[in-house]
This record gives sequence, C-alpha cells and structure tokens, in this order.
Amino acid sequence: MSARRIFARPARFAAIAPYVWMVLFFLVPFGFVLKISLSQTAIAQPPYEPVFDLTAGWTAIRAAFAALSIDNFKLLTSDDIYVYAYLRSLSVAVTATALLLLIGYPIAYGMARLPKRWQAVAMVLVIVPFWTSFLIRIYAWINILQHDGLLNQILLTLHLVSQPVVWLSTDTAMYVGIVYSYLPFMILPLYATLAKMEPALEEAASDLGAPPGAVFWLVTFPLSLPGVGAGVLLCFIPIVGEFVIPDLLAGSNSLMIGQTLWLEFFTNKDWPVASAAAIVLLAVLLLPLLLYERLQRRQLEER
Amino acid sequence: MTDELPRTDAGEKAAGAAHPAAGGPLLRIEGVVKAFGTFRAVDGVSLDIKAGEFFALLGPSGCGKTTLLRMLAGFEAPDEGRILLGDKDIAQALPHERPINMMFQNYALFPHLSVRDNIAFGLKRANMARADIATRVAEMVALVKLEGLEKRKPDQLSGGQRQRVALARALARRPQLLLLDEPLAALDRKLRESTQAELMELQRRLGMTFIVVTHDQEEAMTMADRIGVMRSGKLVQVAGPRELYEAPRSRWIAEFVGDINLFDAESKLRDGHRLVIGTRDAGTLVVAEPRQPLGEAKFSVAIRPEKIKLSRRGPVSEAGHETAINRLDGVIADICYLGGTTTYKVKLDTGGTVQASVANSARLDVDAYSLNQHVVAWFTPDDCMVLPS
Repeated sequence: MSARRIFARPARFAAIAPYVWMVLFFLVPFGFVLKISLSQTAIAQPPYEPVFDLTAGWTAIRAAFAALSIDNFKLLTSDDIYVYAYLRSLSVAVTATALLLLIGYPIAYGMARLPKRWQAVAMVLVIVPFWTSFLIRIYAWINILQHDGLLNQILLTLHLVSQPVVWLSTDTAMYVGIVYSYLPFMILPLYATLAKMEPALEEAASDLGAPPGAVFWLVTFPLSLPGVGAGVLLCFIPIVGEFVIPDLLAGSNSLMIGQTLWLEFFTNKDWPVASAAAIVLLAVLLLPLLLYERLQRRQLEER
Repeated sequence: MTDELPRTDAGEKAAGAAHPAAGGPLLRIEGVVKAFGTFRAVDGVSLDIKAGEFFALLGPSGCGKTTLLRMLAGFEAPDEGRILLGDKDIAQALPHERPINMMFQNYALFPHLSVRDNIAFGLKRANMARADIATRVAEMVALVKLEGLEKRKPDQLSGGQRQRVALARALARRPQLLLLDEPLAALDRKLRESTQAELMELQRRLGMTFIVVTHDQEEAMTMADRIGVMRSGKLVQVAGPRELYEAPRSRWIAEFVGDINLFDAESKLRDGHRLVIGTRDAGTLVVAEPRQPLGEAKFSVAIRPEKIKLSRRGPVSEAGHETAINRLDGVIADICYLGGTTTYKVKLDTGGTVQASVANSARLDVDAYSLNQHVVAWFTPDDCMVLPS
C-alpha cells in the first residue's frame, strides 16, 4: 500500500498509528536496552562495550555481536541483592494493591450510589490531587509524618501516645504514600464499572430473597470484576517499579527493584546490569498482563 | 406437573405465613403515601386485590404506578399507610423478606449467570435442597418453553427468550403475589400479542395473583380482570375493562383509555329520562341521563368513535332509532385507513369535528367515503356519556 493511499484514508492511518507508536517508542528503545544488557561495563563513553559502529565494516560488527553475553543476567540470579529486590517489589506491590482495593472499592461503590450531580463532585474530589505535583504531595507526607510533624502533634495532643512515634523511613510511611498516590487509579475504573451497572440487578437479587451481603457477593462484586482487574493492573504494575515513594518514605535497609536499578545506573554507572534488571522486571510484569488479557478474551468469547 | 396449585413455600419461610382470611383480599393497600421531597408520587392510595386476580395498574408515565409497585416489592417504604398481605403488615419489610416476586421492566437478568442459575437464584436463597432446585428449575424451564437453553447466558438470548427467563425466575419461588413492571414493553408488536395471551393463560393455570404495571391501555384491557387507573399519585378509577371503557368516571379517564369525541356542554334541559344538552361545537345533543347526578359542575358529552355511524343521507331507519337520534351534518375532512377499520374525521357544519371509526366489513370499498364528501354522523342517546370536565 502506497503512502498516498494511507493518507487518503484517515481511518486506516488511525489503525496503524498505535503500531507505529509501539515500534518507535517501545520496541526500538527496548532493543537498545536489550543490547546494553548483553554488553559489559567499561570506563568509557558510553560506559559499556562493545559499541556497534556501522561505519567500521562487516567484520567489526560480527566481532561486536560475538562480544555480547548473558553474564549480566547470570549475575542477577546469582546475587541475593537482586532476587530480594524483586521479591520485595512484588510483595510491596501485592500488599499495596490489596490495601488499595480494600480502600478504593467502598469509595467507588459509595460514589456510584450518590445522586447523579454529587457523583460529578466526588469525581472532581478524587482527581483534584493530580493538579498538584506528585513530588510536592510526597514531600507533604514527609512533613506530616516526620518526628515533630502534624500526625505526631495530633497524637500527642490527644494523649494517644506519650512520645513521638517514628513514622518516617518505615514501611508504614511507604504504604501510606503508595496508597495515597495510587488511590485514584484504583477508584476510577471501579467507579466506571459500578456506575454503569444496572441498579435493577441488585434489586432483583434482593427481590429473589438475597440479604444485602449476598446481593453484594453474588451480584455486585462478580459484575464489577472487569473494573477490579483494570484497577489492580493500573496500580500493581507501576508499584512494582516504583522508585520515588520508597526512596523518600521507606527505610534504606531493603530496596525495591526500582531503587536497585537507579543505584546501578547512576551510582555504580553499571548500565549493562541496570539494563538487565530492567528487562527482567519487564518480563515479570508481562506475566500478570498476559493473564489479564487471556481472562478478558475468554469473557469476550463467552458472549 | 405444572397444573398443581402453587404453594408459597419459599416466601412463607421468609415473611411468616400470610393466610388470607376466607373471602378477604389477598392484598390490602390502605392510604399509602410516598413523597420524594415535596413531590407526592403516591398520594393516598387504597386498594384491595383478591387472590387469583389479574390486576393492572394503568397510567401515564410519572403517575406513581411504578412507585406503588416498588412499595409492594419493598424497594420503597411508604411514608404513610399500610400494606397488608393476608393479615400481616409488610409495609416496612425488606424485599428479601417478602413472599412477593417481581418481573423487572428490562428483566434485570444476571448477565454473569446462565439461564439455569438465573432461575435457581431465588431457590438457592430459600435454602432449598439441591435435588428440589433441579426439579423446580426443570419445571420452570418447561413452563416457559426454554428447553435446551439452560446453559446460555442472557446476552445469548433473544428479547422474547429473556422475557421468559425473567418470568420463570420470578415464578420459581411460587410467590403469593407476582408483580410485573411493564412486562411486554421491550417486545415487538407481534411477540407482544402472543406473549399477552401466554401470560393470561399462565396466570389462570397457576391460579396466581398478578399485578401488572403498564402505560399501554390496550395491554391492560386485554389482560386484566380489573384495572386501576392512576393519575398524579391517585387512583382515579378501579373497574373492569368494559366498565372503564364504556363508563369512565371522568373526562380525563375517557381520553386516556381509548379515543373519544368530546363536546363541552353549555346548557342542559331535562326531558323525561333524557337530557337535552346544548353544545357549541355539535349543536343540541340528546343523551341518556347519567347514573350519577350532574350537579352544577361543568361537564362534557363524550362519544366513542366506533359508536358514531356515518351515512350518506341520514340515519338508516332502524326500529327505535327514529326518535331522539343525534344527527350531525358535515363533510369528510380526513381519512385514516387502518386495515380493519377506517377512521374518518368529519368537519361538522356546526363548527366542531368528530371522529368516526368504521369497520371495513367488505373487501371492495363500495361503502368508503371520500374527502370532502357530505355525510351524516349519527348516534343514539345511549351511546353518549356525560362526564364531568
């Protein structure tokens, strides 16, 4: 198909656009990262070798290919630091996503049951924090959670504690930060599915003898599963790779993979290992995505 | 197996047995009021429903019929009044505690459950034994003729099939009372007619009590034993289909139920057991004296279109029709051919118009009138109704 025909048919061009996007901004950079992950560190600019030089001729390129190795991946599996970082990332992401679901679901459910005009207001309230810089909001939490911060002042004034509690640099602070930051991503897809659910379905269930709890578990929750899936993915995947929140709010004794990656890249200047870590992370994250995809396809086929 | 009379096993456990006293009504609605803010959606409705009755609540949208139905189902609690099922006040009982089931307007089938699981939903909630559930589901599937579709999901069914699943699901618990909210509104016309007949047949066979809400007067007239007409939250007339059509209690009801010609009265004169009424649009009309005394209120003379006969020269001389016949001269202004009947709009010499509905009893149109043709519209005093405005 000639370029002229593509542009003559905007609809077709629109269909190709996402693929072009994927190739340009995902596959090509991914190729670079993959190549670096197979290289070795070097005190040079760029800090790895071999470097492909297309002007150096065929033999040079062949030699560069031969110099690639999977040593970095071997390192990742052999060194506990990386394995622990992956495990910690996954466990933090699982815990935080579970917390988000527990907190986000009732909020989304309540929003969906509000009168129509209040739903718009609630929606704005959920989105409003986005108008402030993410970093500023995390710094605000540091302010609240620090030794003489707002939280400790309130607790002391109410005589709930006799001494200031250490909040900062704990997992608690990190979870507070993560849940706070990601809550809208959990609420919005849940709200979207719950709001478009026909209210008559819940009425029909109670009409057929189901008490309120049964109505929820037999009808409301199963029908909101697409929203649950979307919310969980939207939160889980970025939390696994989260760097800023654990770096600012959590202690430094155990790192998440995002922090490890940052250290390798900027502090150790070990681009190849950082790249290998990034590629393994991608593989780990692809798994839940593929599962979700398959689940959705099965749901579609059932229709 | 479906011929046995239903016992309300699932329901009785939940709400306590409601034993209608012999001869008493199954359901008694007493002075029920429901307001949303300052808007009184249901404004003092009292009504008795007998066991085994097919009752229709008829009214335009926003008249409160759906709110009333929702109060019977338990989705709304009345602000005032009582709802007695048998001798038990259920006004404040929750929906799942009532031996009443409802068929929802858009069916509200559970999209994630199969036909079988939709029908079994209420039975499982009643803690029925597994084997009994299977038997009952099979019975219901046979009752609504859905054999072979048990494993389908609702969105794999046609509109008519979904309607049957909804009906089977609502009947499965053998409720004392079945509520149907616009049960046929989503079906196309042909299917609606056959489904009407099936619903009536089913109700008679099961001996169950049905309350159906509808805005479609033909549907109500076809199916129901009695019809309650609602307007602005009030029940304005409760009557059988024939009485509702031939003796509506007000001008509004007459206009809502079927087509009608109306002439505002300007004067009246008593002539024995007849009234001679002067109207602006149709001259002087002779009508039979109404059963209720008229008093001094304004009123109208009303005649159904099919009661008006048309002829070229004048009333055909039939025995008893020579005296006190109402005869209106005019020309045909509009013709609306409907197949079985033709509706003629006649512009009267006296200024008004009347609609006459004439049966097309012969295939060749030798009797048909043409536009601008001069005709005489005539009707007897007994065909006229006198209605307060």
